[in-house]
Amino acid sequence: MTDQTAQSDERIKSVPLMTRLMTRPELGAIAGVILVTIFFLFTADSAMFTLAGVMNFMAPAAQLGILAIGAALLMIGGEFDLSLGSMVAFAGLIFGACLTVFGLPLILAIPVTLIFAGMMGSVNGQIVIRTGLPSFIVTLAFLFILRGLSLVGLKWATGGSTQMRGIREAVENDFLAPFFSGEAFPALFTKLADWGMIATFKNGTPKVQGVPVEILWFVALTVAATWILLRTPFGNWIFAVGGDSNAASNSGVPVRRVKMSLFILTACCAALLAIIQVLDAGSTDARRGFQKEFEAIIAAVIGGCLLTGGYGSAIGAFFGSIIFGMVLIGLTYTGIDQDWYLVFLGGMLLLAVLFNNMIRKRVTGER
Amino acid sequence: MTQPIVEMKEIQKHFGNVIALAGVSFDVRPGECHCLLGDNGAGKSTFIKTMSGVHQPTKGTMVVDGEDVTFASPRDAMNAGIATVYQDLAMIPLMSVARNFFMGREPVKGKGLFKRYDAEQAGRVTMEEMRKMGINLREADQAVGTLSGGERQTVAIARAVYFGAKVLILDEPTSALGVRQTANVLATIDRVRKQGIGVVFITHNVRHAMAVGDRFTVLNRGQTLGTAERGHVSPEELQDMMAGGQEMAQLEGSLGGTV
Repeated sequence: MTDQTAQSDERIKSVPLMTRLMTRPELGAIAGVILVTIFFLFTADSAMFTLAGVMNFMAPAAQLGILAIGAALLMIGGEFDLSLGSMVAFAGLIFGACLTVFGLPLILAIPVTLIFAGMMGSVNGQIVIRTGLPSFIVTLAFLFILRGLSLVGLKWATGGSTQMRGIREAVENDFLAPFFSGEAFPALFTKLADWGMIATFKNGTPKVQGVPVEILWFVALTVAATWILLRTPFGNWIFAVGGDSNAASNSGVPVRRVKMSLFILTACCAALLAIIQVLDAGSTDARRGFQKEFEAIIAAVIGGCLLTGGYGSAIGAFFGSIIFGMVLIGLTYTGIDQDWYLVFLGGMLLLAVLFNNMIRKRVTGER
Repeated sequence: MTQPIVEMKEIQKHFGNVIALAGVSFDVRPGECHCLLGDNGAGKSTFIKTMSGVHQPTKGTMVVDGEDVTFASPRDAMNAGIATVYQDLAMIPLMSVARNFFMGREPVKGKGLFKRYDAEQAGRVTMEEMRKMGINLREADQAVGTLSGGERQTVAIARAVYFGAKVLILDEPTSALGVRQTANVLATIDRVRKQGIGVVFITHNVRHAMAVGDRFTVLNRGQTLGTAERGHVSPEELQDMMAGGQEMAQLEGSLGGTV
């Protein structure tokens, strides 16, 4: 009887390539990008798909994506962080205060901001892990707590205003500033313009002066997160912890440590976004990152993350974020009312969840 | 007679004022399958959890390879070579067989920043170990969710054996399986035993126990009713001991001896 099963089982059909692809978590998001691209190719002004247009929609996509990558890893690990958006405002406050109130250089202000955000993330994590409460409710509390702290803190730091200015002046000539603000590779783009390979203004300066740094951070984070998920033991633990933390713990996976690291990592992603945004704008205010937690989670879900954890991909969240950026900016290239954006957002989320559910059934062979 | 790998002497376990185990003695020798039988609530689960380091005994001693030991955690027990396959199997349906197989003990290759999970090795070893257990996987990347209950059980057993278990505790491995699947798992137990591993097979199904067991110990209300060797005990006697005798005999009469 057992010897029979040892030979190949005649009831198992070989799996066609299409079915194989269907079980990849990022497939939905890639299909989404293709659909959205086709839609805008027909409806939008051709300027959208020039180099300048692409940079235009990639910049907001990257800003959301920095959050979404963190949110995706945390979701795969089986938890949520609804305080992400408020964390951006809070980290912005810490960062701004470091620069303007305490006059620290970036080389100190950036680590201080990351440490503070990481600490708040670990508070979230500790409460979730120690009490066993759903992270949904714990981080919802921190959504309000951190937003409130940002308001109070801003008023304290500025003497009554909810906006903090003077950051651009504070970081002028700081050698770290180019890594977190503005455009990268300007020399390359000037050269390309000289060679006539990219579009220029009449005076010869290129229309696109470089790659906005957030895009580079976004790509780097995606690559790093994908490497961790698919090619390290820690990545295996993330999937295991999200799939069934009890089973993971029985197999010797340090469940608490994995979850804590994910909460801290997610908070640090929010802090990184805050640093980039604050340096870019030269100011920070209490509304920074407003509702970004939802957009980040939606991007992660479009990217194939299951709400129940244990499944998803960073590449998916990457494309999920790009869909957001394309639609947000793309609508301005069309004659369509921009407020359709919200309708689209909800619709996309719904579609993605239905699609993910189907894929999960395929993966586990449920019928 | 070979020396036991694990010997549990007069183990007592109290939870508050409840006496879950009132002095249970039990031992496993290399290459045998020792069946632990008992009805629901007899204390089987408490006993194996004590053996696998989840609970610490209130009284009594544990001897592993001739030395007194106390396990503070399941990890201690695992390090001493005592592996437990629980009913929930500690498997994650959405993850691949290979990733489940190596969960918590992933093979790595490379150095420094390039140190990475060795997917090829994990896949190869998984296929190989499963083949030894009589299961040909389509690919090591298929999700555990696509396997049948018996196959999952076999993955869990193969995993424990591969990671050097000397004693394998199986907590009701056949209770949720169909006939064919059960036969497969029992055959797997036989394979494992022949490799010189001591198997503790927990079940309340006497027929399954009789199929592979070398010795049988019956637990009832936190106490052992003695250990019998194969050939010295009939299924009916075991059944009676498990149920506590009297009522069962009457019941069985009315059911025409089919239980």
